[in-house]
Amino acid sequence: MGLKRITSAVAVSIVAASLAGCGGDDEGSGSGSAEDVTLTYWASNQGTSLANDEEVLKPQLDAFTAQTGIEVDVEVVPWSDLLNRILAATASGEGPDVLNIGNTWSASLQATGALTPFDDATMAEIGGADRFLAGSLAATGAEGHPPTAVPLYSLAYGLYYNKAMFAEAGITEPPGTWADLIAAGRKLTTPEHWGVSIEGGSVSENIHNVFVFSEQQGGSFFDDAGEPTFDTPKNVAAVKQYVDLIQSDKITNPSNAEYANGTEALADFANGKSAMVMWQAAAGSLDELGMDAADIGVAPIPAPAGGEDVASIVAGINLAVFDNTEHKPQALDFVEFMTSTPNQIALNKTYGSLPAVQEAYSDPAFQTEAVETFKSILDDRAVPMPAVPEESQFETLVGTAVKNLLAQAASGTTVTEQAISEQLAAAQQQLGG
Amino acid sequence: MITANPAPGAGTEARTGSSPVRAVPRRRKKRQWLPYLLLLPVVVAELLIHIVPMLIGVGMSFLGLTQFFIRNWTKAPGVGLDNYRFVLQFDEASGKALLHSFWTTVQFTVIVLALSWALAMAAAVWTQHAFRGRGLVRTIFLIPYALPVFASVITWSFMLQRDNGMVNHVLVDQLGLLDERPFWLIGDHSFWALIVVEVWRLWPFAFLALTAGMSSIPAEQYEAAAIDGAGVLRSVRWVTLPNLRSVNQVLLLVLFLWTFNEFTVPYTFFGRSAPEQADLISMHIYQNSFVTWNFGTGSAMSVLLLLFLLAVTAVYLLLTNRKSSDA
Repeated sequence: MGLKRITSAVAVSIVAASLAGCGGDDEGSGSGSAEDVTLTYWASNQGTSLANDEEVLKPQLDAFTAQTGIEVDVEVVPWSDLLNRILAATASGEGPDVLNIGNTWSASLQATGALTPFDDATMAEIGGADRFLAGSLAATGAEGHPPTAVPLYSLAYGLYYNKAMFAEAGITEPPGTWADLIAAGRKLTTPEHWGVSIEGGSVSENIHNVFVFSEQQGGSFFDDAGEPTFDTPKNVAAVKQYVDLIQSDKITNPSNAEYANGTEALADFANGKSAMVMWQAAAGSLDELGMDAADIGVAPIPAPAGGEDVASIVAGINLAVFDNTEHKPQALDFVEFMTSTPNQIALNKTYGSLPAVQEAYSDPAFQTEAVETFKSILDDRAVPMPAVPEESQFETLVGTAVKNLLAQAASGTTVTEQAISEQLAAAQQQLGG
Repeated sequence: MITANPAPGAGTEARTGSSPVRAVPRRRKKRQWLPYLLLLPVVVAELLIHIVPMLIGVGMSFLGLTQFFIRNWTKAPGVGLDNYRFVLQFDEASGKALLHSFWTTVQFTVIVLALSWALAMAAAVWTQHAFRGRGLVRTIFLIPYALPVFASVITWSFMLQRDNGMVNHVLVDQLGLLDERPFWLIGDHSFWALIVVEVWRLWPFAFLALTAGMSSIPAEQYEAAAIDGAGVLRSVRWVTLPNLRSVNQVLLLVLFLWTFNEFTVPYTFFGRSAPEQADLISMHIYQNSFVTWNFGTGSAMSVLLLLFLLAVTAVYLLLTNRKSSDA
């Protein structure tokens, strides 16, 4: 009968389609000898564009393939997507073999169990933990657990200042205390330029700055038990210190409160619209933006007089292995390769970041004044972001609260300590969900 | 069960006697199966794309689905109504934020709807009767709808920047209307800036729908109205609007649902966290589930939003249908 024929035809085609689907999958995961393995690598965006990253990574990946016969399929994921992509991969179990993560996400991602822990045995396979910078290795997960990733590129915040503008204003030294910075900023705020530029609409820049200010005051956003303590007086003071750049010190252009894409404050600095900016190692970007290298000075971000000697978070990119990978040994080979000394020298040189392994610093490229400043900040004056599972939520909630407070200050509403305290308390309550 | 259904055409066919009686049930059978078969792909797709994800979302709202469990959803603990309790505690910050976001969205939707519809109606009436260059005018009106959302909204956000944006340049530097450069992307003005962008995006669709509706109004009605001495306004009131009744009924509902759920425009306009004054509900839910990794509370909010929209839609359809059957 006609009907039967139609239904059976439909049924057959559905079955055929699903079989074809399975077949495709099987081919995709292709098991076999090591030579046939293709690793999928999600790289974060470190260069000036996604295409630039692919260009930078290609020679390294080709060298790896030549050495081991393992192909690497690289995809550069923009920062705005990376965390969402990782979450989706975690939820579905379908993800890359090796991936980059922002090191501040380590504890949060560790809690998902999606990443292979680097216990002693695994660490030994990639050449041991001693090779890495101790500071960077501290930002790879919660204390008392094996690291969830290894450091790949290390970064720290520094205070970039325009040497020419400083000289013109008769300031000979970079500011040694926060009060010095304010004083210098006042001198340097003229009709042509402002003292300091900030990326006030960026959640992550805001939270990193406020966290450092809080550490300088001896404050903390989580107590030893890992419980949130957002609205303590010291944290309020830290936020106030930041907001006051616009509100009472008036050394930051109120327009900076809407800078959100992560490049505008730096561009203002490079174009001479501001004399100082607090930024992660940015030599490459500043060069790209056309700033004269002779004008660029770097110093640690100063603390208030008598404050703790903290100048930065331990910033950087970590390299992790997705636990669902079918090619763990090859993935670990790739991790070892990416963290090997020659590779660390080549990649960090190109990106303007700091090597994550000690040995790489013997290269002359890392013996410049700026790199030494950043290395000393990272060695002695950097603290990791809180290593608690709620770290990502903390960054988002407090960073957003600070963004809103900056917006208020910029549009002329006075931001009081009480208003800050209320915002921080509200952020903490939302963490409780 | 199909053969039990007497086909309405069967009697006629038998009476005309043009086909052998024995062939009738067979043809009937075929004809009645085919529609269901043709519907099958839609039903399957509807289940897969709408119903199943919706049910999963409802299920998720009863789970403590945080980052500890996203790798294995089945291990997430059931928390009963805790997620709902958490998002609905209006004396706490989280509940207050949700309520604030809800009211912001209601105001946003009402204003956008009113402006878009009024603008579209005016433009559609203007271009209803042929004049030189009508095609060109209509094309220009449709441009915002044809542009990719991302490109056009990003352009708006550049134009509305405080220091370098074109809007402030015109308002402050060229016209000298304002002394101080206002903020458009943060603070109180951000709400109105978002409304302008959303209306700009949305009204061409309303214009298109109304234009299509108007093209089917018979010209005689306008002629009759003109003979009775009706001017433009009166003929719009007594001829155009009554004829557009059913178009408007659907159009307003669709515009309402789209605007209330709008995500792409605010997300592109403000980035991943919107200013408080323009914190629309879909952005708020996104922040609460994806950005803070709490999919349980995010789902609970989504379910509440779904219930609200269902209720509004049901009441709206009941009211408008009753009115039309009264008339």
